[in-house]
Amino acid sequence: MNHHITLVVNGVVREASVPARRLLSDCLRHDLGLTGTHVGCEHGVCGACTVLLDGEPVRSCLTFAVTVDGREITTVEGLATGGELSPVQRAFAECHGLQCGFCTPGFLCTATAFLRDNPAPDDEEVLEAISGNLCRCTGYQNIIKAVHRAAEIQAEEAG
Amino acid sequence: MSERREPAREHVTGVFGKRVQRREDARLITGRGRFLDDLGGNALAAAFVRSPHAHARIRDIDVAAALDVDGLVAIYTWEDLPGVLAEPLPLLIPHPALTHGRTAYPLAREVVRHVGEPVVMVVARDRYVAEDACSLIEVDYEILKPVVGVEEAAQAAHLVHEDVPGNVAAHMVQEVPAPDGRSAREAIEAAPHTLAFRLDIERSACTPLEGKGVYARWDADDESLRVYSSTQTSTSVRMAIAAKLGLPLPKVEVIAPDVGGGFGVKIVHPWPEEILVPWAARLLDREIKWTEDRREHFISSAHERAQVQYVRVGFDDDGRVLGLDVNILHDNGAYTPYGIIVPIVTSTQLLGPYKIGAYRVEFSSIYTNTVQVTPYRGAGRPQGVFCMERTMDRIAAHLGRDRTDVRAANFIQPDEFPYDQGMTFQDGRPLIYDSGDYPESLRMLKELIGWDSFPAMRDQAAAEGRRIGIGVGCYVEGTGVGPYEGGHVQVTSDGRVHVSTGLTSQGQGHETVFAQIVATELGVPFEKVSVVTGDTRRFGYAVGTFASRAAVVSGNAIALACRKVREKALRIAADALEADPRDLEITDGVVHVVGAPSASIPLSTIAVLSNPLRYAFDDETRRATQFASAPSPDRPPVSEGEEPGLEGRDYYSPIRSTFASGMHAAIVETDPLTAEIKILRYAVVHDCGKLINPMIVEGQIHGGVAQGVGGALYEKMVYDQHGQLLNASFMDFLMPYATEVPRIETTHLETPSPLNPLGVKGAGEAGVIPVSAVIAAAIEDAEGIPIDRMPISPSDLHALRLAR
Repeated sequence: MNHHITLVVNGVVREASVPARRLLSDCLRHDLGLTGTHVGCEHGVCGACTVLLDGEPVRSCLTFAVTVDGREITTVEGLATGGELSPVQRAFAECHGLQCGFCTPGFLCTATAFLRDNPAPDDEEVLEAISGNLCRCTGYQNIIKAVHRAAEIQAEEAG
Repeated sequence: MSERREPAREHVTGVFGKRVQRREDARLITGRGRFLDDLGGNALAAAFVRSPHAHARIRDIDVAAALDVDGLVAIYTWEDLPGVLAEPLPLLIPHPALTHGRTAYPLAREVVRHVGEPVVMVVARDRYVAEDACSLIEVDYEILKPVVGVEEAAQAAHLVHEDVPGNVAAHMVQEVPAPDGRSAREAIEAAPHTLAFRLDIERSACTPLEGKGVYARWDADDESLRVYSSTQTSTSVRMAIAAKLGLPLPKVEVIAPDVGGGFGVKIVHPWPEEILVPWAARLLDREIKWTEDRREHFISSAHERAQVQYVRVGFDDDGRVLGLDVNILHDNGAYTPYGIIVPIVTSTQLLGPYKIGAYRVEFSSIYTNTVQVTPYRGAGRPQGVFCMERTMDRIAAHLGRDRTDVRAANFIQPDEFPYDQGMTFQDGRPLIYDSGDYPESLRMLKELIGWDSFPAMRDQAAAEGRRIGIGVGCYVEGTGVGPYEGGHVQVTSDGRVHVSTGLTSQGQGHETVFAQIVATELGVPFEKVSVVTGDTRRFGYAVGTFASRAAVVSGNAIALACRKVREKALRIAADALEADPRDLEITDGVVHVVGAPSASIPLSTIAVLSNPLRYAFDDETRRATQFASAPSPDRPPVSEGEEPGLEGRDYYSPIRSTFASGMHAAIVETDPLTAEIKILRYAVVHDCGKLINPMIVEGQIHGGVAQGVGGALYEKMVYDQHGQLLNASFMDFLMPYATEVPRIETTHLETPSPLNPLGVKGAGEAGVIPVSAVIAAAIEDAEGIPIDRMPISPSDLHALRLAR
């Protein structure tokens, strides 16, 4: 049996008819065509599928789509505003914070929420913030650099 | 092909060598990347019933219960496979020493030999339904004795393959005598000092964040097949599909879309799914996609690393090695589709930057009922370097000498290149190092890590009740192996430059570095250049991405193709400007006379002139039509030996590999109570010849070191005695997070390769190679306990302390 759900994804009202067992990650990717959210393990460890649910990072592979009916979701496709890349997106490119790019959407969503809550983090806080996301390519050094750089860009633009 | 002996160009201008930001990022940071599972939104899904047993005979497969599943489309077993598709998968790299190579069937026939081997393929409306059907299929197995652990397998109480005696796939001995003709064993016997010991390295795996995947579209009207695969070699997958499906090669195209990491596992091909999915897509005339899940990747792709090494070494009072004798037991898992590349690489690259008096290496490649072993970044080198560097440290300890002095005493010197190690490398060519400067590399490393001031640091730490140690590791890496790659460069009348090469990308930034090469070689703006890799529609001849070869082999092929284009452009421009081609230069996409900038013609116009037209469709092309231009009436519009269009194609086929090198050092702290191991500093001196983009090279090093840290401290595949992989998830297989990887300090040394026009060497694998050796050395230094086995966990270290 399918369930009718309504989600607000990246500011747009989206409707879907999904079985109860459909993961949010699959719903976003396959029902709504938003393939920017990636699935790396489907058991909640790698963090590639991280999206923002009412602003908070969640693992969309551990969330059933039917449980978020009516909620607001931001995916990597929604991070840029009006065609302008967000500070986090710009910083990742500037600092070479990605290689294959598969884990990147999860890092971008995680870092976006983190820097909203903590706009001037220290080294330990940045490390802690991204320590739930796996990357097999970069060795994290440039991701850490990118999060710091994003904080800088954010501050520059706010100032 | 072009003349190879042209001297390396000096890239003093242009973007070659610059920290240019990556082309790839714009789409990847906005969710517009196109990975395998992002394609084919309407395709049917394939899923597989895989063996739950390590070794069993299939008595019966009962699909009856699955047939009622709503949305089921098809179920296939081995018996359904026609013709050559029913034969075992190819043995990709045969070798005379691989006397008993064995490969799996695409779907198991009669016997399964590891947990995860595919037995049944199901095609259904979506993946959920396909898995529902899989769960209802009953396979009746007669369980056979599993063979687990390489030493147990070598005793051969039970066999993995009934027709492979002793479980031995391959046995190989290579001997390099001393200059005086003595064998390694004789040299060791006669040496003033000898040591013998055993080393163990556990299994690990590539584990890219994106698993494998295949998506096939059959076009019944055109009788053609388009296949997307998350592969490291689209050209070879294409040939394999055409052969297995009996299709004409031009009717099959294979595209590697954005690929979410490879690290070696995706060079193996064709995976069962890579031929089964296209076969079923054609049979059913429906689009079909298979996306590997994480557990499938753990139990049915490939692993690497596991070896047991027995070492004997003889040396003099200065620590100079007089003879080295290494016997390796290599666990190749259940099948050998990739031949014996890994143990061959271990055997040869073990020698590192050293002159070994006499060398004997013997390996046995052994079957076990576990996932097959094929190259993982480093491809046998981490094991070889672990062996050699642990040996150097043991020699130093025995003699009471500084560990770096012992290494320096054995180094090949800068004036000894090319240096012939007297062996045959993995490409069948002589193991001759082309260039390097190992003493300088070591000097830089000691300075970077502060080797000479470390004793003071240790004393201070000790005064605070802390235990720290320092370790060093050196390696030489054969990169850029042949046989060849090609490049195609086309300038179109809009001034854009379109570049393609056949090898594939998995995050290395090829679109960026190849564009840097083209912008520099051709004298065009970087922004005008676009690069396509791994798409057989654009370039059909290629080998693939592995062995740190893309920059070397494709990079040089593209540079050579650019030189052809440049030559043609200058010829046409010389005609148009009535100038001598030798007086012409290309800057910012405009050909001009040196010293007379007003006499110029843009490449876009040359592209128009190079292609004589009958029909005009815009202002530019009007200039190339037959009445607009004034060709000489006594020669044809396209001169003999010329082709229309401003484009060039060339290939680079290296005479042999080019040898990159590097040295790493680490300072670790071990907790006296908990045995926790923390890397305090990690330093890298890296030499990959000329750098095309230092930012990207450093990124490669960072990623490699991180994988090395995983292999040194966290990652191992834990099989029980039944052949069950106990940690087949990211919960239990401990890949490093940001919290586990130290900051990596990097310095570059550039000894250009004399073998190729760009002077480059490969960089992709380097970072991972010496890490286990370095960390082992540093822990040993901190603890004063010999470290012979990697990875090492706090529990392992605690056990070693208790056993001391």
